[in-house]
Amino acid sequence: MSINASGWRPEAPVSGGKASPTVTGNKGLMLEEKLIFEIGDVETTGVDFERARPLQGRGWGGAVTGAGLGETSPTPSPSPEGEESADRLAGLFRDTPIGLPGLSEPETVRHYTRLSRQNYGIDLGFFPLGSCTMKHNPRLNEKMARLPGFADIHPLQPVDSVQGALGVIHELATWLITLTGMHGVAMSPKAGAHGELCGVLAIRAALEAKGEGHRKIILVPESAHGTNPATAAFAGYQVEDIPATAEGRVDTEALIARLGPDVAGVMITNPNTCGLFERDMRTISDAVHAAGGYVYCDGANFNAIVGRVRPGDLGIDAMHINLHKTFSTPHGGGGPGSGPVVLSEALAPFGPLPFVAKQADGHFALIEEETAGDDHPHAFGRMVAFHGQMGMFTRALTYILSHGADGLRQVAEDAVLNANYILRSLDDTLDAPFGASGPCMHEALFSDNGLATGFSTIDIAKGLIDEGFHPMTMYFPLVVHGAMLIEPTETESKAAIDQFVMALRSVAERAKAGDVSLKTAPHFAPRSRLDETLAARKPVLVWREPVLAQAAE
Amino acid sequence: MRYLPLTQPDRDAMLGVIGVATIDDLFVDVPEAARLDGPIHGLPMHASEMAVERHMTALARKNLTAGEAPFFLGCGAYKHHVPASVDHLIQRGEFLTAYTPYQPEIAQGTLQMLFEFQTQVARLLGTDVANASMYDGSTACWEAIGMARRITKRGKAILSSGLHPHYVSVAKTMAKFTGDLLETATPTLSAETDLATLIAAIDKDTSCVVVQYPDILGRIADLTPLADACHANKALLIAVVTEPVALGAIKAPGEMDADIVVGEGQSLGVGLQFGGPYVGLFGCKDKYVRQMPGRLCGETYDADGRRGYVLTLSTREQHIRREKATSNICTNSGLCALAFSIHMTLLGEKGLRTLAQINHAGAVAAAERLRKVAGVELVTPAFFNEFTLKLPVEARPVVRTLADRGILAGVSLGRLYPGEDGLANGLVVAVTETTSTEDVETLAAALEEILA
Repeated sequence: MSINASGWRPEAPVSGGKASPTVTGNKGLMLEEKLIFEIGDVETTGVDFERARPLQGRGWGGAVTGAGLGETSPTPSPSPEGEESADRLAGLFRDTPIGLPGLSEPETVRHYTRLSRQNYGIDLGFFPLGSCTMKHNPRLNEKMARLPGFADIHPLQPVDSVQGALGVIHELATWLITLTGMHGVAMSPKAGAHGELCGVLAIRAALEAKGEGHRKIILVPESAHGTNPATAAFAGYQVEDIPATAEGRVDTEALIARLGPDVAGVMITNPNTCGLFERDMRTISDAVHAAGGYVYCDGANFNAIVGRVRPGDLGIDAMHINLHKTFSTPHGGGGPGSGPVVLSEALAPFGPLPFVAKQADGHFALIEEETAGDDHPHAFGRMVAFHGQMGMFTRALTYILSHGADGLRQVAEDAVLNANYILRSLDDTLDAPFGASGPCMHEALFSDNGLATGFSTIDIAKGLIDEGFHPMTMYFPLVVHGAMLIEPTETESKAAIDQFVMALRSVAERAKAGDVSLKTAPHFAPRSRLDETLAARKPVLVWREPVLAQAAE
Repeated sequence: MRYLPLTQPDRDAMLGVIGVATIDDLFVDVPEAARLDGPIHGLPMHASEMAVERHMTALARKNLTAGEAPFFLGCGAYKHHVPASVDHLIQRGEFLTAYTPYQPEIAQGTLQMLFEFQTQVARLLGTDVANASMYDGSTACWEAIGMARRITKRGKAILSSGLHPHYVSVAKTMAKFTGDLLETATPTLSAETDLATLIAAIDKDTSCVVVQYPDILGRIADLTPLADACHANKALLIAVVTEPVALGAIKAPGEMDADIVVGEGQSLGVGLQFGGPYVGLFGCKDKYVRQMPGRLCGETYDADGRRGYVLTLSTREQHIRREKATSNICTNSGLCALAFSIHMTLLGEKGLRTLAQINHAGAVAAAERLRKVAGVELVTPAFFNEFTLKLPVEARPVVRTLADRGILAGVSLGRLYPGEDGLANGLVVAVTETTSTEDVETLAAALEEILA
């Protein structure tokens, strides 16, 4: 049964041939690595400590200078009486084994280095994951984030002792507001989806303040990221789909027809997930406002228009910006992200706490629950402990300052140029469902239409792995069957893109011709296709000692 | 521009292939009124690496860092020594510049690491399972409350007065929109935790009780009676751990029968970073796995019978379930989870227990020294590496004065609970392996001088 409108379904993989012929399982530079639980033990540690003070109490006991302390030796007690202090653990000493294996430092470095080599990353090659924006991560960003003045400060230090950090937040906020043509920005959301939630909560707070809390519907296009409907539902709204037109854009007429006194707002991705600019955005915004609602824009694809278009000019009320997409902070195998939300004049008073305000004397103040008081009575509250993803702010600001206003505009232009180049280089081989709709923005979309019977997008993706590329986003957006969403970003050279086009053309031809070897690809990766059905049917989510694992069967 | 590989001849050739004359032709779908004709006015132009470094370094210098001061702040973020190899390894490009492992054949590095992380976290928290991380402790805490609502189909959560006030604020914000009822209270400067009060408050409408361990004042108490009381009413016990190093010394909440244990993992591997990014830990009992938020990594086999790892149980998640998902979370805190996991691997159980002992012993000694300052009382008799002092005067101005003298003395309860007169004299002091005897003496001497 298909559970996904795009045509994706889990399959049990087919073997492509014999397993490794070596006795180790290694193949040259491709090195296997066991789990830490299989190579480490609880008596090993890769950290040497300075001497600890001795303690009396259950668990520490007389053995404190032995098993409890490793190589350390007792030091004179700090208590003036010259006696050992008793512990203050209220009898809660953890006296059962925890089961955490340790490794020496060389073993640790080798373990994680070997694991790293089983990963594909942007540093290694082309990573055209549509909508995820895998662009080069400048190392200056990393260096700046690690300056002790940013990395080694506590979020609750007196604000006078962290003026430089608050200055970074304020400077980045100013850039984001100016680049988007908006009125304010909430910096604290931890990631894109968290930013979406921030924007929708601001909309809800604004409606409630107007006595319009009865509006319960949020309209979301079918092509939206899954986070959009999930966010709206989390914030207490019912989600209604907006249909798309044949050219891959929001059906403006249908959307306007649905507006009314029960609609709180719309969530529209622009540029959208089909890679197209929503031409009618301003018309839609005006209609939504006229009907008493607000416009949320999913800004995941802001990288396509930064420096060329300001969302504020399109009537947007709230938009999150993924700093890890547009502004190059690292994705790190799944985060951390950072999702500041720019807000219109109408929504800015309802944004969350805390935020940084620059005072007339140049001093930066942190506006929190305490200080919000009379000046910011409508703030909807706090979304997170402390003040947001500071480590991402320093990286994003570094990137922004490096590019400047002119460089950021060039970023959008090169990203769009690269995507259109891919679209037009491959639309003779692959079906481009919206190829006739005009230029794409930052990503090119193809479908699996025309592949041989039994072949699907996943076979092309796995074939690309063998060719040395990370596959494109597959089976998203849901509105296109077997979607392949290709986002090159601006940081690829023409030579890299040409090689990718050549490879994808070759793999696509094989899929159209029914080359069965594609069904068992990848053949040259650390693993062949993995059985996702098995993983979900009998979940093994933690490692257990073999005997225990067997007993649990 | 150093980050843009295309040359002008490249661009011209590509425009030719596309069949347009200029780059502007690719932006024709933007309404004319919204097209910008050049770089946005009032913003600086591109800058060299050296110029950017100079600008950022100047900003960094305006901050007083933890490493250059006697440092005693905690309350949800702790300064610990992170071995050099941790930061080296997380900067390997294959970890740093990888995406969420959607193509498992070429993401086994991240996936195996996540499987190891999940196991380490579950063992540390004493739970059956753990997920692949959340944004941070405060959002993990809120997600746990939402999860308890889904499991119990009840909407009233009781939050301990010892729960970090920011975590309470986050929960209150979310509850405003989801309609959950939260019972909250402000802590008092007393030796005892509020477990007895919590036990008395549980009823048949209670979805969960949320208790922090050690709590915001540093206090610890056996959670077992609270777990029993929750279970007698078919409510869940959610325990929140903001200092994971503590679990190298004191019983894990899972061992005391907590149903969901969440935490802030920042202490291991991540560093202070002015509050983020951090890493949310999330563990629970086996039977609740399918109600968990966030990504999960599971073991499986490939077509050739080799063991491997994939993201699994994704039918809980937004990209499949859309508005019916258990959470809207997508990105988690992968790189911080990696840092946590590497640090934990370096420590191992032996190292973690030693580290915990050094922290506790240092805190005990510091508490003994500081309580001897005239007028200062130690409020908390039982603690791990963080304790609360009651000063004879309001603590917040004292903290500010000491910061001006280059001493970061702790977190005043006035900062965390502004307007609560009963807490204004409270100062929460954290002591870790990075705190020297000299640091404690410096703080004690400065307090003696200021309070004299």
